[in-house]
Order: sequence, then structure tokens, then C-alpha cells
Amino acid sequence: MSDATEPTLRTEEMTLNMGPQHPSTHGVLRFVIRADGEVMREAVPDVGYLHRSIEKIAEKVGYHGFMPYTDRVDYVCAMFTNQGWGMACEKLAGIEVPRRGEYCRVISTEFNRIASHLLTVGLMGMDIGAMTPFLHALREREMINDLIEELCGARLTFNYMRIGGVAWDLPPGWREKALAYLDHLDPILEEYNALFSYNKICIQRLANVAPISAEEAINYNLVGPNLRACGVKWDVRKDMAYSAYADFEFDVPTGRGQWGTIGDSMDRYMMRIYEMKESAKILRQALTRMPDGPVLAKVVRNFRPPAGECQVRVESARGDQGWYVVSDGSGYPWRVHVRTGSFAAMGIIQKLSRGLMIADLVVLIASLDVIAPEIDR
Amino acid sequence: MEPLRIYERLKERFGERVLETIEKKPDPFVLVDPDALIEICRYLREDPELAMDCLSNETGVDYKDHVEVVYHLFSYGHRHGAVLKIKLPREEPRVATVEGIWKSANWMEREIFDLVGVNFEGHSDLRRILMPEDWPGHPLRKDFVEPQEYHGISTVRESPIVRLDSHKKKPA
Repeated sequence: MSDATEPTLRTEEMTLNMGPQHPSTHGVLRFVIRADGEVMREAVPDVGYLHRSIEKIAEKVGYHGFMPYTDRVDYVCAMFTNQGWGMACEKLAGIEVPRRGEYCRVISTEFNRIASHLLTVGLMGMDIGAMTPFLHALREREMINDLIEELCGARLTFNYMRIGGVAWDLPPGWREKALAYLDHLDPILEEYNALFSYNKICIQRLANVAPISAEEAINYNLVGPNLRACGVKWDVRKDMAYSAYADFEFDVPTGRGQWGTIGDSMDRYMMRIYEMKESAKILRQALTRMPDGPVLAKVVRNFRPPAGECQVRVESARGDQGWYVVSDGSGYPWRVHVRTGSFAAMGIIQKLSRGLMIADLVVLIASLDVIAPEIDR
Repeated sequence: MEPLRIYERLKERFGERVLETIEKKPDPFVLVDPDALIEICRYLREDPELAMDCLSNETGVDYKDHVEVVYHLFSYGHRHGAVLKIKLPREEPRVATVEGIWKSANWMEREIFDLVGVNFEGHSDLRRILMPEDWPGHPLRKDFVEPQEYHGISTVRESPIVRLDSHKKKPA
């Protein structure tokens, strides 16, 4: 453009609406974007479209009755919300879960983690305009859904766990199927990398987009893979080992920034691939070393934990999930609060969006692995 | 550092303004004076031996005679945590925001304002977050009564089972 035309060229700030029904916002959530051309001044998230008052429901349905509702807190990885609720109640009442029950929990949650990460990896492809990775990832995810369906009868909202353990033991022949699936998964992950992760277009779209520093991530309370991508080596499974995780050997991968900066979208995306491999490692150990015995402790039907309060932390697929439960000694919890990874991740988007391209906002949401029901609860 | 040791340190340093340490199982917590909250939080964050760099959870709880705000703090460097609580009156509860110390408080305080009705003074963007802006009341208050309708949309649906049972005795 020549200098002569410049004084007459005037750009104006636009206010755009993205969502609530938008294919790349992973559920019903909305952004109000102030943009100058393709560059955003700011994207202000507007959440609450999926608010189902789950915390309020907990106060009305009692301890056992709340278990199926916890599935709906995060329906992409419902095993973790089951486990979080179970663990909080067990901590309040001082119940010990049988060893085999803990192993069943580890196995079901780790399969669920792989299923959730597969969805994230697939959706990342779809969000940046490649449909094929999504179909590939869903193909492998379906197999896990089949396995979990055989285990507990449901494919999405499992309601598999109970206070004091799990509802059912592994069905006959399930262990062999699960091990066969893991053998199938390892080369498939390499295939994903060759097909999509190391694809030049993918790297160019993800590398150096919206990097987050470690201090910033901690300050905004990012958790799980999003935090580890920034180089913070922290995993609740390892550092505050709960359930049976102390029995297993696995690594905690962190972002190294080999494609751009540490903590950029590419690092966050790759964390999911690394973690699937670690989950497979844990699963192999758990499936081969499973102890015998009952899977469910004896818990009274009229469950009344003593008055008190506690917080438990579970490493869900979207990171450290905190369950804060207050009991007044009656059959109904006084207050339940879930601190979720997606809620914290949404809080940082407004800050990161400044100066980003609109198309990169889609990448940012996908790389933070935000799931709308978990934000709104 | 053990939580109880952290609370002892706070007591030594702030004296009267740290009201009470409650060693109830399973999670002990410390009750502090709302007016000294910012000073205590800043100390917890900046003291090198405590270094609570993460506000991992902030919750409001309604107890019918008062409202509590609970702060779950955590230090990634030292791998220890602490639970801080403040008691506020039920009518117009207000307390200073900790947004200036931990950024994650921004959204969590908006949620508490929305659902429990605590006003955070000095908050940069105190709006409702989960409920619609014109929603009456704060749903997680114990005396909250759900409105029968919202903009002409009914919030109740008659149960066919209840109707079939209507000849039986009415529930109290």
C-alpha cells in the first residue's frame, strides 16, 4: 500500500460474537471478541450455559444418590468425578477401599484418561481444519467405550464407582481384551504422530501460539497437562499418590518446547500424546499385578459421615480436580464444591487472547482442553 | 511443612488477628480476622518458607447464621498446603478481594458472588458468572427458594407418577 493512501485508511474495532453454539468451542460456551481485523484486542468468555446446579443437587440427594450426578460434572472423563466423590466421602468417614477395588479404580480411570485424551487429540485436528485425525481418534476411542461398556454397562456416564470401592469386578476375559487393546494402542499413537502431530501444518498452527510461563500458570491455577506443558513437574498421582498409584512406575512428562516455546499450544497438545503412553504403562502394570479379593468395602446404606470437612485431589484428564465436601453429620452433605481444571483454564483465556489472531483462539481453546460442562457444573 | 505448623507460625506472627485453629479431622483449618486477610495472604505468599504460590480453591459456604469463605492454598515449591477461613455476617457479607495476590481468585470470587452472595471489595470484574444476570437471589444460600418461572419458562414440571398417587395421602 502506498503512503499516499494511508491517511484515509481507517480501521475500526469490531465486536464479534462467537458461540454459544459454535463447533469449535467444545460445548455450549460463548466469547465476545473485540477485534481489529483478524487480530483480537480481547476475547471475553461468557460461561454458564451448561450450569445444572450440580453442587446444589448434592445437598438434596444424599451421599450415595449423588454418585450418578457426578458423571455429569465432566462427561468426557466421568470416572474421575466418580472417584473424586468416592474419595471425599471415604476420607470423611474413614473408610478403606479394598486393594482390588483400588486397582479397578486405577484401571477404569486410566482407560478413561486415554479415551478423553484421544478425543482432545482428534478435536485439535478438527478445530484446525483436518477432519481425518478426528475420525482416527474416535475409532480408537470407541474401542475403549466398548471395554468400559462391558465393565459397567455404560459408555459415557458410567456410575461405576461407589463409596468404598467399585460396583463390579472385571468381567471374565476382560483383562485379556484390555491387554490386547494396549498392544494395539502403542503403534497407533506413533501413527497419529506421523499422520498429524509432526505434520508441518500442525506444527505451524500450534507452535509458539499463546505460550504460558510457569509462574503465570501457577498464578492462574492451571492444573494437569496444561500446567505440566509449562514445565512444572507436578502430578497428583505421583506427588500426592492416592488410590493404588504408589504401586506403579511411570514418568511425568513435561513440556520442553522443542517446536517453539515452552508452554505453547504445541506443548499442551503433545502432553496428551505423552500421557496416553504413560497411562498405557500404568494399565499394563495394574492389569498384570491385580490382587484378589473384594472390590467394595462394606458401607451402610444410610451413610452419615461424622461432621467435618475435607478436600481431596484427583488427577483427572483435565488435571487436578478438587472436591471440597462439608458434612454436618446428617445423611445429606452440607456443601459440595468441585474445583475443576476447565474452570481455571477458562480464566486465563481473556488474558492470553490479547493480540492473538481469531483463528488462534480456536487453537488455544482446543489446546487447553476446555470442556464446557466442567466449567459450569 | 505440616498445616498445623503453618497455623502456629501465623499465630506467632499475627497474634490476635488469627482467631482460632480448628484441629477437626480430616482437614484442620485456621480461622482469621477478615480485616487482616490481605496482610496474612500476602505473608503466606511472600514468606520464603511458606511460599503459597497457588490459590487452588476458593469456596463460599452458607451456615444459616453466618457465611464462610474458604481458601485452599498450596505451594508448588514446598509441596504443602493450608486452609484459611473467614467468617462473615449473613447480611451483606463483604471482604477484600485476593485477586491482587492470586489471579485465579478472579473467577472463583465471581462464582462465590454469584452463588453465595459475598461481595468482594476491589474486585476488577464482579459480575454473575454462572447464573443469568437478572436471576433473583443466590442459589447456594440455604434459604434460597427457586422461582416458579423465569421469563415465562416454567422451572417445575408435574410428575405423572405423583399425579397417579394423588389419591393416596399427601406428603407432609
